[in-house]
Amino acid sequence: MKTGDLIRALAADSEVHAMPPGGALVLALIPGVAIALGLHFAVLGLRPHLFTLLGEPRLLCKLCLTFSLAALSGALVSRIGRPGADIGRMTLLLAIVPALLVAAILAELLAVPAAEWGQRLIGSNAMFCLKTIPFLAAAPLVAALLALRQGAPEHPALAGAAAGLFAGAISAHLYATHCPDDSPLFVAAWYTLAIGIVAAVGAVAGSRCLRW
Amino acid sequence: MRAGNAGDADCYRRLLLQLTPVLRAVARRGLASAGMADTDAEDVVQETLLAIHLKRQSWDEDAPIGPWLRAIARHKMIDTLRRRGRRIDVPLDDFAEVLAGGESEPTMLVADVDRHLECLPAGQRKVVRAVAVDGASIGEAAARLSMTKGAVRVALHRGLAALAAKLNGEGT
Repeated sequence: MKTGDLIRALAADSEVHAMPPGGALVLALIPGVAIALGLHFAVLGLRPHLFTLLGEPRLLCKLCLTFSLAALSGALVSRIGRPGADIGRMTLLLAIVPALLVAAILAELLAVPAAEWGQRLIGSNAMFCLKTIPFLAAAPLVAALLALRQGAPEHPALAGAAAGLFAGAISAHLYATHCPDDSPLFVAAWYTLAIGIVAAVGAVAGSRCLRW
Repeated sequence: MRAGNAGDADCYRRLLLQLTPVLRAVARRGLASAGMADTDAEDVVQETLLAIHLKRQSWDEDAPIGPWLRAIARHKMIDTLRRRGRRIDVPLDDFAEVLAGGESEPTMLVADVDRHLECLPAGQRKVVRAVAVDGASIGEAAARLSMTKGAVRVALHRGLAALAAKLNGEGT
Protein backbone atom coordinates (compact mmCIF):
# COMPACT_ATOMS: atom_id res chain seq x y z
CA MET A 1 0.00 0.00 0.00
CA LYS A 2 1.37 3.39 -0.89
CA THR A 3 1.61 5.98 1.83
CA GLY A 4 -0.80 8.23 -0.08
CA ASP A 5 -3.34 5.39 -0.11
CA LEU A 6 -2.98 4.92 3.61
CA ILE A 7 -3.54 8.63 4.18
CA ARG A 8 -6.71 8.46 2.09
CA ALA A 9 -8.00 5.68 4.34
CA LEU A 10 -7.05 7.62 7.48
CA ALA A 11 -8.81 10.76 6.27
CA ALA A 12 -11.94 8.73 5.43
CA ASP A 13 -11.86 7.44 8.99
CA SER A 14 -11.66 10.91 10.55
CA GLU A 15 -15.32 10.91 11.60
CA VAL A 16 -14.88 8.18 14.19
CA HIS A 17 -13.86 9.71 17.47
CA ALA A 18 -12.34 8.32 20.58
CA MET A 19 -12.55 10.03 23.95
CA PRO A 20 -9.71 12.32 25.03
CA PRO A 21 -7.67 10.75 27.87
CA GLY A 22 -9.14 12.88 30.67
CA GLY A 23 -12.73 12.09 29.72
CA ALA A 24 -11.94 8.42 29.25
CA LEU A 25 -10.41 8.29 32.72
CA VAL A 26 -13.46 9.84 34.38
CA LEU A 27 -15.81 7.58 32.45
CA ALA A 28 -13.85 4.43 33.34
CA LEU A 29 -13.50 5.42 37.00
CA ILE A 30 -17.24 5.72 37.61
CA PRO A 31 -17.86 1.95 37.48
CA GLY A 32 -14.37 1.20 38.82
CA VAL A 33 -14.80 3.27 41.97
CA ALA A 34 -18.44 2.15 42.32
CA ILE A 35 -17.28 -1.48 42.47
CA ALA A 36 -14.59 -0.62 45.02
CA LEU A 37 -17.13 1.30 47.14
CA GLY A 38 -19.61 -1.57 46.89
CA LEU A 39 -17.00 -4.09 48.02
CA HIS A 40 -15.89 -1.74 50.78
CA PHE A 41 -19.36 -1.49 52.28
CA ALA A 42 -20.26 -5.13 51.61
CA VAL A 43 -17.09 -6.69 53.01
CA LEU A 44 -15.56 -4.12 55.39
CA GLY A 45 -17.86 -1.32 56.36
CA LEU A 46 -16.89 1.88 58.18
CA ARG A 47 -15.20 1.55 61.56
CA PRO A 48 -17.44 2.22 64.55
CA HIS A 49 -17.72 5.85 65.65
CA LEU A 50 -15.84 7.05 62.54
CA PHE A 51 -17.52 10.42 62.51
CA THR A 52 -17.02 11.18 66.19
CA LEU A 53 -13.34 10.26 65.78
CA LEU A 54 -12.84 12.64 62.82
CA GLY A 55 -11.31 15.27 65.10
CA GLU A 56 -8.53 12.87 66.07
CA PRO A 57 -5.32 14.17 64.45
CA ARG A 58 -3.88 10.75 63.51
CA LEU A 59 -7.03 9.61 61.72
CA LEU A 60 -7.37 12.97 60.00
CA CYS A 61 -3.74 12.81 58.90
CA LYS A 62 -4.24 9.31 57.49
CA LEU A 63 -7.31 10.37 55.50
CA CYS A 64 -5.60 13.52 54.21
CA LEU A 65 -2.48 11.62 53.12
CA THR A 66 -4.39 8.99 51.17
CA PHE A 67 -6.71 11.58 49.66
CA SER A 68 -3.91 13.87 48.48
CA LEU A 69 -2.05 10.88 47.05
CA ALA A 70 -5.17 9.84 45.12
CA ALA A 71 -5.81 13.37 43.83
CA LEU A 72 -2.22 14.05 42.74
CA SER A 73 -1.64 10.64 41.17
CA GLY A 74 -5.02 10.95 39.43
CA ALA A 75 -3.87 14.21 37.86
CA LEU A 76 -0.66 12.45 36.79
CA VAL A 77 -2.57 9.54 35.20
CA SER A 78 -4.79 11.93 33.25
CA ARG A 79 -1.68 13.50 31.70
CA ILE A 80 0.59 10.51 31.27
CA GLY A 81 -1.39 9.29 28.25
CA ARG A 82 -0.58 12.46 26.31
CA PRO A 83 2.70 12.23 24.36
CA GLY A 84 4.91 15.28 24.81
CA ALA A 85 3.02 16.47 27.91
CA ASP A 86 5.15 17.77 30.74
CA ILE A 87 4.73 15.27 33.55
CA GLY A 88 7.88 16.29 35.42
CA ARG A 89 6.05 18.98 37.38
CA MET A 90 3.24 16.59 38.30
CA THR A 91 5.74 14.05 39.58
CA LEU A 92 7.41 16.73 41.65
CA LEU A 93 4.05 17.75 43.14
CA LEU A 94 3.46 14.12 44.00
CA ALA A 95 6.56 14.23 46.21
CA ILE A 96 4.53 16.39 48.61
CA VAL A 97 2.84 13.22 49.90
CA PRO A 98 5.96 11.38 51.12
CA ALA A 99 7.22 14.69 52.55
CA LEU A 100 4.00 15.04 54.57
CA LEU A 101 4.31 11.43 55.65
CA VAL A 102 7.85 11.98 56.92
CA ALA A 103 6.65 15.01 58.89
CA ALA A 104 3.83 12.93 60.40
CA ILE A 105 6.27 10.18 61.36
CA LEU A 106 8.55 12.67 63.12
CA ALA A 107 5.60 14.15 65.00
CA GLU A 108 4.52 10.67 66.06
CA LEU A 109 8.01 9.72 67.23
CA LEU A 110 8.09 12.87 69.37
CA ALA A 111 4.61 12.31 70.79
CA VAL A 112 4.94 8.63 71.65
CA PRO A 113 7.52 7.11 74.05
CA ALA A 114 10.12 4.92 72.33
CA ALA A 115 8.90 1.80 74.10
CA GLU A 116 5.60 2.00 72.19
CA TRP A 117 7.07 2.58 68.74
CA GLY A 118 7.26 -1.10 67.85
CA GLN A 119 3.69 -1.80 68.85
CA ARG A 120 2.43 1.25 66.88
CA LEU A 121 4.36 0.11 63.84
CA ILE A 122 3.01 -3.43 63.82
CA GLY A 123 -0.52 -2.33 64.71
CA SER A 124 -3.31 -4.86 65.07
CA ASN A 125 -4.08 -5.93 61.52
CA ALA A 126 -1.09 -5.44 59.25
CA MET A 127 -1.68 -8.55 57.14
CA PHE A 128 -5.33 -7.65 56.65
CA CYS A 129 -4.27 -4.21 55.42
CA LEU A 130 -1.80 -5.76 52.99
CA LYS A 131 -4.50 -7.98 51.51
CA THR A 132 -7.40 -5.55 51.53
CA ILE A 133 -5.82 -2.57 49.79
CA PRO A 134 -4.85 -4.57 46.66
CA PHE A 135 -8.26 -6.27 46.77
CA LEU A 136 -10.17 -2.97 46.73
CA ALA A 137 -7.72 -1.52 44.17
CA ALA A 138 -8.41 -4.14 41.51
CA ALA A 139 -11.44 -2.48 39.91
CA PRO A 140 -10.01 1.07 39.86
CA LEU A 141 -6.74 -0.32 38.44
CA VAL A 142 -8.53 -2.04 35.56
CA ALA A 143 -10.49 1.17 34.95
CA ALA A 144 -7.37 3.35 34.88
CA LEU A 145 -5.53 0.95 32.56
CA LEU A 146 -8.50 0.79 30.17
CA ALA A 147 -8.62 4.58 30.10
CA LEU A 148 -4.87 4.80 29.43
CA ARG A 149 -5.29 2.49 26.45
CA GLN A 150 -7.24 5.35 24.81
CA GLY A 151 -4.21 7.54 25.22
CA ALA A 152 -0.65 7.02 24.06
CA PRO A 153 1.65 6.61 27.06
CA GLU A 154 5.28 6.94 25.99
CA HIS A 155 6.51 4.56 28.69
CA PRO A 156 3.93 1.80 29.15
CA ALA A 157 5.39 0.30 32.33
CA LEU A 158 5.72 3.72 33.97
CA ALA A 159 2.17 4.65 32.99
CA GLY A 160 0.96 1.33 34.38
CA ALA A 161 2.77 2.00 37.64
CA ALA A 162 1.13 5.45 37.85
CA ALA A 163 -2.25 3.80 37.29
CA GLY A 164 -1.42 1.33 40.07
CA LEU A 165 -0.37 4.14 42.41
CA PHE A 166 -3.63 5.93 41.69
CA ALA A 167 -5.77 2.80 42.19
CA GLY A 168 -3.84 1.91 45.33
CA ALA A 169 -4.38 5.41 46.73
CA ILE A 170 -8.14 5.31 46.06
CA SER A 171 -8.32 1.93 47.73
CA ALA A 172 -6.17 3.05 50.67
CA HIS A 173 -8.42 6.05 51.20
CA LEU A 174 -11.46 3.78 51.37
CA TYR A 175 -9.69 1.30 53.59
CA ALA A 176 -8.58 4.11 55.90
CA THR A 177 -12.22 4.63 56.92
CA HIS A 178 -12.31 1.02 58.15
CA CYS A 179 -8.82 0.42 59.52
CA PRO A 180 -8.43 0.99 63.30
CA ASP A 181 -4.66 1.59 63.10
CA ASP A 182 -4.12 5.32 62.82
CA SER A 183 -0.45 5.74 63.73
CA PRO A 184 1.65 7.34 60.96
CA LEU A 185 4.19 4.59 61.70
CA PHE A 186 1.65 1.97 60.67
CA VAL A 187 0.55 3.96 57.62
CA ALA A 188 4.14 4.48 56.48
CA ALA A 189 4.96 0.78 56.70
CA TRP A 190 1.88 -1.11 55.63
CA TYR A 191 -0.12 1.30 53.49
CA THR A 192 3.03 2.14 51.55
CA LEU A 193 3.83 -1.54 51.03
CA ALA A 194 0.26 -2.34 49.96
CA ILE A 195 0.11 0.57 47.51
CA GLY A 196 3.55 -0.45 46.25
CA ILE A 197 2.21 -3.92 45.45
CA VAL A 198 -0.63 -2.41 43.42
CA ALA A 199 1.81 -0.11 41.60
CA ALA A 200 4.05 -3.08 40.76
CA VAL A 201 1.08 -5.04 39.40
CA GLY A 202 0.13 -1.94 37.38
CA ALA A 203 3.66 -1.67 35.96
CA VAL A 204 3.66 -5.29 34.82
CA ALA A 205 0.16 -5.01 33.36
CA GLY A 206 1.05 -1.69 31.72
CA SER A 207 4.15 -3.03 30.03
CA ARG A 208 1.91 -5.62 28.38
CA CYS A 209 -1.38 -3.88 27.64
CA LEU A 210 -0.40 -0.22 27.18
CA ARG A 211 1.90 -0.65 24.20
CA TRP A 212 0.85 1.07 21.00
CA MET B 1 -5.30 18.98 13.21
CA ARG B 2 -8.05 20.76 15.07
CA ALA B 3 -10.14 20.71 11.90
CA GLY B 4 -9.33 17.04 11.48
CA ASN B 5 -10.48 16.30 15.01
CA ALA B 6 -13.65 18.22 14.24
CA GLY B 7 -14.25 15.87 11.31
CA ASP B 8 -13.01 17.94 8.33
CA ALA B 9 -11.62 15.03 6.31
CA ASP B 10 -10.15 17.16 3.50
CA CYS B 11 -8.23 19.41 5.82
CA TYR B 12 -7.03 16.41 7.81
CA ARG B 13 -5.83 14.66 4.66
CA ARG B 14 -3.85 17.72 3.57
CA LEU B 15 -2.23 17.87 6.98
CA LEU B 16 -1.17 14.22 6.84
CA LEU B 17 0.17 14.70 3.31
CA GLN B 18 2.23 17.67 4.45
CA LEU B 19 3.55 15.78 7.44
CA THR B 20 4.66 12.78 5.40
CA PRO B 21 7.87 14.22 3.88
CA VAL B 22 8.94 15.45 7.31
CA LEU B 23 8.26 12.06 8.87
CA ARG B 24 10.11 10.38 6.03
CA ALA B 25 13.18 12.56 6.55
CA VAL B 26 13.10 11.87 10.28
CA ALA B 27 12.72 8.12 9.70
CA ARG B 28 15.62 8.03 7.22
CA ARG B 29 17.84 9.92 9.59
CA GLY B 30 16.88 7.70 12.51
CA LEU B 31 17.51 4.49 10.60
CA ALA B 32 20.78 5.76 9.21
CA SER B 33 22.09 6.77 12.62
CA ALA B 34 21.25 3.26 13.87
CA GLY B 35 23.18 1.84 10.93
CA MET B 36 20.14 0.32 9.23
CA ALA B 37 19.05 0.35 5.62
CA ASP B 38 16.56 3.07 4.82
CA THR B 39 14.37 0.62 2.90
CA ASP B 40 12.45 0.36 6.15
CA ALA B 41 11.83 4.10 6.25
CA GLU B 42 8.47 3.92 4.50
CA ASP B 43 7.27 1.28 6.97
CA VAL B 44 8.18 3.60 9.83
CA VAL B 45 6.37 6.48 8.10
CA GLN B 46 3.21 4.45 7.60
CA GLU B 47 3.27 3.15 11.13
CA THR B 48 3.76 6.65 12.50
CA LEU B 49 0.85 7.97 10.41
CA LEU B 50 -1.37 5.18 11.73
CA ALA B 51 -0.34 6.03 15.30
CA ILE B 52 -0.95 9.76 14.76
CA HIS B 53 -4.38 8.92 13.42
CA LEU B 54 -5.45 6.38 16.03
CA LYS B 55 -4.05 8.40 18.94
CA ARG B 56 -5.08 11.85 17.74
CA GLN B 57 -7.45 12.26 20.69
CA SER B 58 -4.41 12.21 22.97
CA TRP B 59 -3.32 15.61 21.66
CA ASP B 60 -4.50 18.40 23.94
CA GLU B 61 -5.98 20.97 21.52
CA ASP B 62 -4.72 23.84 23.63
CA ALA B 63 -1.13 22.60 23.60
CA PRO B 64 1.32 23.13 20.73
CA ILE B 65 1.23 20.16 18.37
CA GLY B 66 4.99 19.97 17.75
CA PRO B 67 6.02 18.17 20.95
CA TRP B 68 3.13 15.74 20.57
CA LEU B 69 4.10 14.84 17.00
CA ARG B 70 7.76 14.53 17.90
CA ALA B 71 6.95 12.25 20.83
CA ILE B 72 4.84 9.96 18.64
CA ALA B 73 7.43 9.84 15.86
CA ARG B 74 10.19 9.10 18.35
CA HIS B 75 8.13 6.38 20.01
CA LYS B 76 7.47 4.66 16.69
CA MET B 77 11.10 5.00 15.65
CA ILE B 78 12.36 3.39 18.86
CA ASP B 79 9.72 0.69 18.47
CA THR B 80 10.93 -0.12 14.98
CA LEU B 81 14.60 -0.16 15.92
CA ARG B 82 13.85 -2.48 18.80
CA ARG B 83 11.94 -4.87 16.56
CA ARG B 84 14.43 -4.79 13.71
CA GLY B 85 17.20 -5.25 16.23
CA ARG B 86 15.48 -8.33 17.54
CA ARG B 87 15.04 -9.70 14.07
CA ILE B 88 18.78 -9.56 13.55
CA ASP B 89 19.23 -11.73 16.62
CA VAL B 90 17.40 -14.66 15.01
CA PRO B 91 19.67 -17.71 15.06
CA LEU B 92 21.26 -18.77 11.80
CA ASP B 93 19.24 -21.98 11.55
CA ASP B 94 16.04 -20.02 11.06
CA PHE B 95 17.61 -18.06 8.25
CA ALA B 96 18.74 -21.22 6.51
CA GLU B 97 15.14 -22.35 6.24
CA VAL B 98 13.94 -19.06 4.85
CA LEU B 99 16.78 -18.95 2.36
CA ALA B 100 16.06 -22.50 1.25
CA GLY B 101 12.46 -21.46 0.63
CA GLY B 102 13.80 -18.78 -1.68
CA GLU B 103 11.29 -16.25 -0.40
CA SER B 104 13.47 -13.91 1.56
CA GLU B 105 13.88 -11.40 -1.25
CA PRO B 106 10.22 -10.71 -2.12
CA THR B 107 8.97 -10.60 1.48
CA MET B 108 11.63 -8.04 2.26
CA LEU B 109 10.25 -5.82 -0.48
CA VAL B 110 6.61 -6.01 0.60
CA ALA B 111 5.75 -3.22 3.00
CA ASP B 112 4.72 -4.28 6.50
CA VAL B 113 1.29 -2.72 6.18
CA ASP B 114 0.53 -4.78 3.07
CA ARG B 115 1.61 -7.98 4.70
CA HIS B 116 -0.64 -7.40 7.69
CA LEU B 117 -3.52 -6.23 5.54
CA GLU B 118 -3.69 -9.78 4.19
CA CYS B 119 -4.25 -11.13 7.69
CA LEU B 120 -7.28 -8.94 8.46
CA PRO B 121 -10.79 -10.43 8.45
CA ALA B 122 -12.23 -10.35 4.92
CA GLY B 123 -14.80 -7.64 5.62
CA GLN B 124 -12.28 -5.17 7.05
CA ARG B 125 -9.74 -6.00 4.38
CA LYS B 126 -12.16 -5.30 1.54
CA VAL B 127 -13.25 -1.99 3.01
CA VAL B 128 -9.71 -0.79 3.77
CA ARG B 129 -8.60 -1.77 0.30
CA ALA B 130 -11.58 -0.15 -1.43
CA VAL B 131 -11.07 3.16 0.39
CA ALA B 132 -7.27 3.23 0.41
CA VAL B 133 -6.12 1.61 -2.82
CA ASP B 134 -9.16 2.18 -5.05
CA GLY B 135 -9.86 5.61 -3.61
CA ALA B 136 -13.56 4.97 -3.02
CA SER B 137 -15.49 7.30 -0.71
CA ILE B 138 -17.38 5.81 2.21
CA GLY B 139 -20.57 5.98 0.11
CA GLU B 140 -19.02 4.31 -2.94
CA ALA B 141 -17.45 1.57 -0.85
CA ALA B 142 -20.82 0.96 0.80
CA ALA B 143 -22.56 0.64 -2.56
CA ARG B 144 -19.86 -1.60 -4.01
CA LEU B 145 -19.73 -3.97 -1.06
CA SER B 146 -23.52 -3.70 -0.46
CA MET B 147 -23.04 -2.58 3.13
CA THR B 148 -24.53 0.38 4.96
CA LYS B 149 -22.36 3.49 5.31
CA GLY B 150 -22.24 2.99 9.04
CA ALA B 151 -20.98 -0.58 8.64
CA VAL B 152 -18.28 0.62 6.23
CA ARG B 153 -17.18 3.26 8.71
CA VAL B 154 -16.98 0.74 11.52
CA ALA B 155 -15.13 -1.83 9.38
CA LEU B 156 -12.67 0.83 8.21
CA HIS B 157 -11.94 2.01 11.72
CA ARG B 158 -11.60 -1.52 13.11
CA GLY B 159 -9.43 -2.51 10.15
CA LEU B 160 -7.04 0.40 10.73
CA ALA B 161 -6.88 -0.26 14.47
CA ALA B 162 -6.22 -3.96 13.80
CA LEU B 163 -3.46 -3.07 11.34
CA ALA B 164 -1.74 -0.91 13.94
CA ALA B 165 -2.08 -3.65 16.54
CA LYS B 166 -0.56 -6.22 14.20
CA LEU B 167 2.33 -3.92 13.32
CA ASN B 168 2.89 -3.48 17.02
CA GLY B 169 2.74 -7.12 18.03
CA GLU B 170 5.16 -8.16 15.32
CA GLY B 171 8.35 -9.71 16.57
CA THR B 172 7.17 -10.21 20.15
